[in-house]
Amino acid sequence: MTTAYNFAYLNEQTKRMIRRAILKAVAVPGYQVPFASREMPMPYGWGTGGVQLTASLLKPDDVLKAIDQGADDTTNAVSIRKFFVRTAGIATTEDTRRATVIQTRHRIPETPLAEGQILVLQVPIPEPLRFLEPRETETRKMHALEEYGVMHVKLYEDIARYGHIATTYAYPARVAERYVLDPSPIPKFDNPKLDRCPALQLFGAGREKRIYAIPPYSRVVSLDFEDHPFSVQRWDQPCALCGSRDSFLDEIIMDDQGTRMFVCSDTDHCGKRRAAGLGGR
Amino acid sequence: MAPLLEITNLRKTFRLHIQGGVEIPVFDGLELTLSRGEVLAVTGPSGTGKSSLLKLIYGTYRAGAGRIAVRHRGSVIDIATATPRLIGEIRRHTIGSVTQFLRAIPRVPTLDIVAEPLLERGEDAGKAKARAGALLERLAIPPRLWHLSPVTFSGGEQQRVNIARGFAATAPILLLDEPTASLDPANRERVLGMISEASAEGTAIIGIFHDAAARNQVATRTFALTGPG
Amino acid sequence: MTETNDQPLLVAEGLGKLYGGRVGCVDVSFALWPGEVLAIVGESGSGKSTLLKCLSMQLEASSGRVRYRLRDGRTAALDELSEAERRFLMRTDWGFVHQDPRDGLRMGVSAGANIGERLMAVGERHYGRIRGAALDWLDRVEIEADRIDDSPLAYSGGMRQRLQIARNLVTGPRLVFMDEPTGGLDVSVQARLLDLMRRLTHGSGLSAVVVTHDLAVARLLSSRMMVMQGGRVIESGLTDQVLEDPQEPYTQLLVSSVLQV
Repeated sequence: MTTAYNFAYLNEQTKRMIRRAILKAVAVPGYQVPFASREMPMPYGWGTGGVQLTASLLKPDDVLKAIDQGADDTTNAVSIRKFFVRTAGIATTEDTRRATVIQTRHRIPETPLAEGQILVLQVPIPEPLRFLEPRETETRKMHALEEYGVMHVKLYEDIARYGHIATTYAYPARVAERYVLDPSPIPKFDNPKLDRCPALQLFGAGREKRIYAIPPYSRVVSLDFEDHPFSVQRWDQPCALCGSRDSFLDEIIMDDQGTRMFVCSDTDHCGKRRAAGLGGR
Repeated sequence: MAPLLEITNLRKTFRLHIQGGVEIPVFDGLELTLSRGEVLAVTGPSGTGKSSLLKLIYGTYRAGAGRIAVRHRGSVIDIATATPRLIGEIRRHTIGSVTQFLRAIPRVPTLDIVAEPLLERGEDAGKAKARAGALLERLAIPPRLWHLSPVTFSGGEQQRVNIARGFAATAPILLLDEPTASLDPANRERVLGMISEASAEGTAIIGIFHDAAARNQVATRTFALTGPG
Repeated sequence: MTETNDQPLLVAEGLGKLYGGRVGCVDVSFALWPGEVLAIVGESGSGKSTLLKCLSMQLEASSGRVRYRLRDGRTAALDELSEAERRFLMRTDWGFVHQDPRDGLRMGVSAGANIGERLMAVGERHYGRIRGAALDWLDRVEIEADRIDDSPLAYSGGMRQRLQIARNLVTGPRLVFMDEPTGGLDVSVQARLLDLMRRLTHGSGLSAVVVTHDLAVARLLSSRMMVMQGGRVIESGLTDQVLEDPQEPYTQLLVSSVLQV
């Protein structure tokens, strides 16, 4: 670690400010808390919100896991991991069970999380109502007055157009029977994992300057219609590498003839299953 | 038996502001009573205020002075000072009116126009339309015309629709402004028949009849207007 | 329609709106009962639009107040309602038909969703029922059922206006405000729209306050009328009273200026 950086890059006052925002967010589950997002050494759109959350929370004995699209070895995950090694010198891991802080883009790990773990999700647009209501003044009022009918308009449109709810990621959910949130662009497959999770789940949007939280064991219910209930994606085949039938699968095109293979997007989960002797085709 | 309508000291003057405030007096000190079953024919030369009198009773024109007392649902109301809302109620239940010309709204079918006064009283739509149909048949407007707006009808046909509408909801008082004016002899007889029947059933009628023969046939009394004196 | 509605639905008392020293409207008082349609007539600058906005809580009045009888029978002064109560009222018990339908619709969302939104906003969670209600209302405003999934961008002006009406009426409001609802439409389209509005208001117990500069619209739709000039109500009464026996100079001028076709 170079002495030119404060521990985890941000100065202590900034970390305090962010931790205050986190406390507020935890106190009001799903409520978007504005915070003074800092200039980070990576551009907006690359997880600056998540990085600021992680930076504020890290202690020297923390173990960090960073994933992007479920994999530890993608560009984004690698550079975030390196960033924290360089500025905080903390230990890192690819094993979900060993991590104390997990920063993720676009997926929740398949391995169930435990009490004491913190999941940090990177969020581009924190406002679930934004697509229908461009005015911030109006969306704040709608949240304050629980005027969420308009969320169902979006789902209605899907059913009218496609015959089913076509939203497959960033699927809106209601926390603790109060606030509706955007769970970040995780696949709807992961939405059930948000519900009554023993870990603390934090959401950070750096460009939009918002933090929100789902405290441990909170009820999280995905929005739907009585006659079109929420359902998750399913695949016809198991993971080609480990044989898992209940994890989120990525589709990989093998050759120009269009041969395709489905493998777990969560690399740690898949690797563990293979190490345990479970195989695919 | 107390009169249904009692007018005392009625004055009407038109003040035309856009023509320099010129005043046009119509009548002053007019007195009139009307009882059950009477058919009162208002007579007088053109311009003496016959239509104006009917409009004053109906509440369309405002009185300059005087009292227009109407027996409405057990109490006596002075139309000259009644609130618009009360006049609306009186029109729905106590005073019916057949104006000189039908105000035809495009796209509204004839049957609906005739049924409307009943619907405004809260009558069931099916019954209202049945009664409307019966009246139209009686006035020789054939069923094939009922779904059309009367906008394209002849003057005589329009007047008969107007009359049907006026007779649809029976009211204690009925005002008729030239009910037989555009009608051929056969239809004239039909309308006069309806007037006589209504009067026999107790309706008090005030009518303006241009045609002396028609007037003589149904009127039980006449009331002559002579112009501002 | 019964006569047992003794209590007025909406009461304005000394309502006024000032813009600095300029008068928007002043000293307006009236009462509106269930089932009545009141036309507010005047030329540009008469204050009629300002009055409508004050009545419908879009503008804060400078003086006076407005009272409304809620569904539970309680009469509330509108300025004493909380924001949540006001917004709920606007979504359920009231409607507002804008002159430009784009102001009253979500243009980026299908017609069916436009109509269904209010239902979803009050907790309807059954897609089939929502769609059924949307189809029912499209039929009532004479829009073909197969247009339900089209965006209002694909609708003509008259269709958009009819859709706006459907969107407002789906929750069964008791009071609808209309701001020049036929403005900018072709004459034949106007006629159709007026006919629809007439059918929807007459005999349904729905009350309406309609702002218009067009006396023919007032004659067709309303049972009562108020004439405004310079921010004041200069004459009011039954519609036929005001149109056939105008008392005030300005009213006589307005009525005589209308061309007879």
